[in-house]
Amino acid sequence: MLYRETGQFKTSYKKDMAIFPIRQDRWAVIAILIFVVVVVPMVATEHVIAGYLIPLLIWAIAAIGLNILTGYTGQLSLGHGAFMAVGAYSAYNLASRIPELPIILVFLLAGLITAIFGVLVGSPSLRIKGFYLAVATLAAQFFVEWAFATFPWFVGGAASMVIDTPKMSILGYKITSTLDNYYLILGFVVVGTLFAKNLVRSEIGRAWMAIRDMDVAAEVIGIRPLYTKLSAFAVSSFYGGVAGALYAFCYVKSVDFTAFDLFVSLKVLFMIIIGGMGSILGCFLGATFIVALPIILNEIAHLFAGQIPSAMLSNIEHMIFGGLIIFFLIVEPHGLARLWMTAKEKLRLWPFPH
Amino acid sequence: MSESQADNIILGFDNVSISFGAVIALTEVSFEVPEHEVVAIIGPNGAGKTTALNVINGVYQPTQGTITYKGEVRQGMRPHQAAVQGIARTFQNVALFKGMNTVDNIMTGRNLKMKSNLLMQGLYWGPAQREEIVHRQAVEKIIDFLEIESVRKTIVGRLPFGLQKRVELGRALAAEPDMLLLDEPMAGMNLEEKEDMCRFILDVNEELGTTIVLIEHDMSVVMDISDRVIVLDYGRKISEGKPDAVRNDQKVIDAYLGVSH
Amino acid sequence: MPMELAFFIEVLVAGLLSGVMYSLVALGFVLIFKASGVFNFAQGAMVLFAALTFVRILEMGVNFWLAVAIALAVMIVLAIIIERVMLRPLVAQPVIILFMATIGLNYFLEGLAQGIWDSQVHGLDIGIPDVPWMSLLESTNILISLFDVWSAVICGVLVLFLAFFFQKGRIGRALRAVADDNQAAMSVGIPLQLIWAIVWATAGMVALVAGAIWGQRLGVQFSISLVALKALPVLILGGFNSIAGAIIGGLIIGASEKVAEVYLGPIIGGGIESWVAYFIAMLFLIVRPQGLFGEKIIERV
Repeated sequence: MLYRETGQFKTSYKKDMAIFPIRQDRWAVIAILIFVVVVVPMVATEHVIAGYLIPLLIWAIAAIGLNILTGYTGQLSLGHGAFMAVGAYSAYNLASRIPELPIILVFLLAGLITAIFGVLVGSPSLRIKGFYLAVATLAAQFFVEWAFATFPWFVGGAASMVIDTPKMSILGYKITSTLDNYYLILGFVVVGTLFAKNLVRSEIGRAWMAIRDMDVAAEVIGIRPLYTKLSAFAVSSFYGGVAGALYAFCYVKSVDFTAFDLFVSLKVLFMIIIGGMGSILGCFLGATFIVALPIILNEIAHLFAGQIPSAMLSNIEHMIFGGLIIFFLIVEPHGLARLWMTAKEKLRLWPFPH
Repeated sequence: MSESQADNIILGFDNVSISFGAVIALTEVSFEVPEHEVVAIIGPNGAGKTTALNVINGVYQPTQGTITYKGEVRQGMRPHQAAVQGIARTFQNVALFKGMNTVDNIMTGRNLKMKSNLLMQGLYWGPAQREEIVHRQAVEKIIDFLEIESVRKTIVGRLPFGLQKRVELGRALAAEPDMLLLDEPMAGMNLEEKEDMCRFILDVNEELGTTIVLIEHDMSVVMDISDRVIVLDYGRKISEGKPDAVRNDQKVIDAYLGVSH
Repeated sequence: MPMELAFFIEVLVAGLLSGVMYSLVALGFVLIFKASGVFNFAQGAMVLFAALTFVRILEMGVNFWLAVAIALAVMIVLAIIIERVMLRPLVAQPVIILFMATIGLNYFLEGLAQGIWDSQVHGLDIGIPDVPWMSLLESTNILISLFDVWSAVICGVLVLFLAFFFQKGRIGRALRAVADDNQAAMSVGIPLQLIWAIVWATAGMVALVAGAIWGQRLGVQFSISLVALKALPVLILGGFNSIAGAIIGGLIIGASEKVAEVYLGPIIGGGIESWVAYFIAMLFLIVRPQGLFGEKIIERV
């Protein structure tokens, strides 16, 4: 009864093409925004915000990036961790070498540098397709890890290869508390999500999906394959770079190349598979799932068997991740987002059966 | 069918041959397609009809011979350039983007006409938004014309084959092409659907003046709507002319009946 | 023989020998790819699983050859389970989905292996002494370990056996039919699921041999599964569906990686072996996208 479109006639194309054409959806999003901006800081403990919400939001940004490349454009990438690393190190170098730069500009520039790197990595994508391209992204992943581990220049010549990030401030206001970091990241998330949503419903989004669905046909109707693929790499690595920079500055407060290894690339890939490839909502669902799973497992383990050694828990986690990936790919390849859409469809008819 | 005075030749094949390794697909095929006409390419299976279409729109490059389009000799034209120059086409097995809905699929056909860049699209403001709306209107006109309003938001992968073919035609029309290549546009359709498609094709030809080159197996359709017919067999042109003349050509009858030659 | 030349030959031979081992792992990939068209990202985890199972059984005091038999049986059972639970439901899906499923499988197997057997490093001795080949050293100044030589011989024999087995005979023919077209193979009565089970079991056996050899080399531990990722450049070079390509690709990658590491490494910075193989493969790909022996893909419109 609640979720109905009756009476909501879209009287213009503009209304039909809006991000949330259904009124109830708009209200829901506004409610979520209010909840996230106002309610959460009031009720959640610092531990929860710093330990779970902040990383969740950062992973969501990273997931949006990977989803654009792999979910929307169909280019499998195993090197997203490398993009995050490039973003983190770029931001560090910008912030420490040019302290006058405003921090938001630092993050955006870091994203831009990563985007350029992403275009380089994706440049063979016209000649090399499918698995081979995935292997190229793997090469980038290993190369970047090695580069940041080997050359002290990236950390300003410091003796230790892991270094703390400088303090941040916006227009004189120092960003120190957990809540400060939370709002900063939230700002990026809101703007980034909106931007991504706009892109995927525009011409470039259709071009990306066309390349994914049938790239030969796309070329025949005039879509330029190279430009489309490279733009996907660029936007994807921009988001990855910003996520990496935020990860370093707002979450772990240090730049550490081991934080962006192959397992991180696979983790983000799992997020978009479970959450739903080709869906912005899926990025959030997947990130939430991956962040929440270890917590849930821990709770269940406590209930059943007292203390389980963390090594064993980690193994069980691996098994569940792997098993869930296989499960989702078999049962619902479009992930939680599709399950959610199906549920919404049922909700529109409820309480009627059809 | 349009009776016309001496029209310009929009497409010319001059001794075109193409082979893939040991497989010779076309041998010294020559013909001319006058502007604003409906030309059908027919022939038994494997005659090289789809290959001819692929050569026209740049998917394959001929190993020999020249192709002239709009009066200019083409060298190594790629599909993207063919699209830019006003050639649109449909495919035998429906090359739609199965993950998108009808509107979006047809909107991709407008991509050559869209100018806004990535940044503007991301902000979805001003020029980018206006452009989307303008093109959406053009697409809706096509949806209206092809009578597929009811499946506007359906993911095309779920549509029946006949409707998919119609959507594909819509996508080709969205580019406002000068020449339309149709590869078996009526395959898998029942009588009513075929009549609808014929009507659409003729309307496009008569109202918009679009030159049509189509491959078709249904002889009654070919006879009804084409101005001119070209017959291929084993990669060679064996006949050409008005539909009635071709129908009665002994060589054509032999080819279809499988008389060895 | 002058020292520099002797050294170079040492490096080259060491590279070739490790290349043989890469070939072995790559072979497991090729077999599965030829049969089911899927790139098995989990091959590394299978090597780890096989090695762990083997070494733990050995540690329990079981006789060497019995342990081999048990480990082999475990791998075969694993293969059958994988085929039934994962491959069968996904048979109609595009290959990229299958690939992602094997990534999931990789995670699963890693967790399972270490969950059952624990994550410590286990030393493994399969009975081949790791000592220099004395006679060679005395005559030519070239230092090569007997272990490397013997493992190369074992791998070589295995590779030849597999190549022969899958090229000739009924199984070979059935395999190639399945690789070409699943549906057609089924319609002439080839038992698709049985073939897949055989192939995955063979890949499991290959994983066991690779695991045993690498295990003695590096110790049986988690990082063994990463070695499998090295097989990727081999496959790129040799083509994903060519056994000969896996062999030759492995040799080339092994040799060039070692040479680059020893001669180029000091100039650029140490540790380049983590990515140099990939770069070599990439350069190759750009020139020849289908690899040395792979088949050219003609897209039909």
